[in-house]
Amino acid sequence: MTAGTGTAPLEQVPHVLDVRKLSKVYGSGETAVHALRDVDLTVRRGEYVAVIGQSGSGKSTLLNMLGCLDAPTSGRYLLEGLDVADLDERQQAVLRNRQIGFIFQAFNLIPRTSALANVELPLVYAGVGRRVRRERAQAALSLVGLQGREDQRPNQLSGGQQQRVAVARALVTTPALLLADEPTGNLDSASTRDVLGLFDRLHAAGRTIVLITHDDEVAERAERVVVVSDGRLTEARARR
Amino acid sequence: MSVVEIIRFAVRGLIANRLRSLLTMLGIIIGIAAVILLTALGNGASQYIQGQIAGLGANSITVLPRQPPDTAGTDGRPLTQGDVRALADPQGAPDVASVSPVVSLQGTTVEAGRARTDATIIGSTPSYFPGANIQLGTGRVYTEADVTAGRKVILLGRTVADDLFGVGSDPVGQDVLVRGVPFDVIGTLAPAGQGQGLSNPDENVLAPLTAVQGSLTGFGDLTQIVVQARSTEAQAAAESEINSILDRRHGIDVPDNRDYQVLSARQLADVLDDTLGAFTLLLAAIAAISLVVGGIGITNIMLVSVTERTREIGIRKALGAPPSAILGQFLVESIILSVVGGVLGVAVGYAGTLVPLGDFRPVVLPSAVVAAVGVSAAIGIFFGAYPARRAARLRPIEALRRE
Repeated sequence: MTAGTGTAPLEQVPHVLDVRKLSKVYGSGETAVHALRDVDLTVRRGEYVAVIGQSGSGKSTLLNMLGCLDAPTSGRYLLEGLDVADLDERQQAVLRNRQIGFIFQAFNLIPRTSALANVELPLVYAGVGRRVRRERAQAALSLVGLQGREDQRPNQLSGGQQQRVAVARALVTTPALLLADEPTGNLDSASTRDVLGLFDRLHAAGRTIVLITHDDEVAERAERVVVVSDGRLTEARARR
Repeated sequence: MSVVEIIRFAVRGLIANRLRSLLTMLGIIIGIAAVILLTALGNGASQYIQGQIAGLGANSITVLPRQPPDTAGTDGRPLTQGDVRALADPQGAPDVASVSPVVSLQGTTVEAGRARTDATIIGSTPSYFPGANIQLGTGRVYTEADVTAGRKVILLGRTVADDLFGVGSDPVGQDVLVRGVPFDVIGTLAPAGQGQGLSNPDENVLAPLTAVQGSLTGFGDLTQIVVQARSTEAQAAAESEINSILDRRHGIDVPDNRDYQVLSARQLADVLDDTLGAFTLLLAAIAAISLVVGGIGITNIMLVSVTERTREIGIRKALGAPPSAILGQFLVESIILSVVGGVLGVAVGYAGTLVPLGDFRPVVLPSAVVAAVGVSAAIGIFFGAYPARRAARLRPIEALRRE
């Protein structure tokens, strides 16, 4: 399968992500909480999708499912055609490592560890050798505009810079899917513009991005918006 | 992911919390140092006592009469010159070098002019001197000819000579009265010092067997027989030869019914060695308790560390760390803590043995060092396993949720 381009009909572009009737129930019996109810969602390669919803709507639960951080109660989730439910813990770790790049609201860099070492981390778990690791991490850092800051630690960087390190870390394994959870939630407006600009560039370069936000302005930049409310998902807008 | 990377992560984790790592190590350092120091003390004491016993005459075997336990009232057969001749037979006892019959009398009054003192007089043959490891001070030892002729010649222990003729004097050529019987002083014994054996040799006086029997004890039974084995190695063989010869002569069928007993420095050394070994083991066991406490300290700190770094574990898992990598990282951290602690503990314990302690020096055995380091590695694995498993089993979603 070759990556879809703008000229190919939409139907022929392969699905990166294919979710069928996904449900998540916390607890059981009377106190059961239905965080997600029969959610269907497909994302094609190269798409930039924003998931919006109020807090408590179930959008974070959805992201955890999509990121293989949590297992659904029922339903099917195919990532790059692979049924995640069939994988054991170790295989899921490999899947997260190779196919998913996470970008969190709280940046989630490892403290007391240089920017370069943070970006190298996924490659360490992928078993990439030291030299190649360094080269690829440096390339990822210059892609997000942080060349020259390789040796700085998270506490020496601004919030926007930290989030850009996190984006570099998410990109460095060239995953099939970038998952961003409120990536601008902790940033000022200038840094927000920075990071969203970066996402636009990544989208233009053909990356698949799923972004979760409660901020309509952020969702505005995406090519497609879906809304989660009370655990149900509705398509809000398809720009193209 | 390679072992080198796991070790690098572990070292980074430890360095990030230097003071805590050091304090955790302290428990292991103290435990290992205590084990090393106490076993070294035990070994040093054991070697010291072995040396002291060797001074008693390593090849010397003493045969004493005794009352057989289950023949209440009836005396066993005494030791006689016939026994001495049988033991001296090279056919029956090839591992015996010499046999010395001994009669002795405690609390014997010895006088020289106005001075008088109490001493133990020991009558024997010239072979008694090497046999019982007695060293000559001044003058000469009595000869076979002296024994045959029953000459009344005498050698004085150092304390006796000092009491009768003044401290440091050389009384050779003087006369003494032993229970009123005159003896010529022909020599003195080298000072033996305190604590060698049960009686103090410096308070003995030595004369030919025949002279003591003729003038003091009569020609009756022997007090003991001193046997010298051909070599230290031949000692056990010599002991069993003595047993079989005397069992035959005394008509003894069961060893428990023996009317004599065989004592040797070797037996004494064995008994003392066993006692010291048990004592050393006890000390080491007490020290090992502190090691267990140190190990629990490691578990405790690693649990704190896992809790504190739950979020970091979550991030690593989200980035694709398999459970084995997380397990390895925390396990290696605890192993490094305990092994470095163990090595430092060996160093501290060794330094402790350099402090002078009375007469003997502690001896650190290489085997103890190897064991200590091995045990500390095992402690790291054992006490680190639980926290590391907890870290590896954390679900990424819960770990990430933690602030």
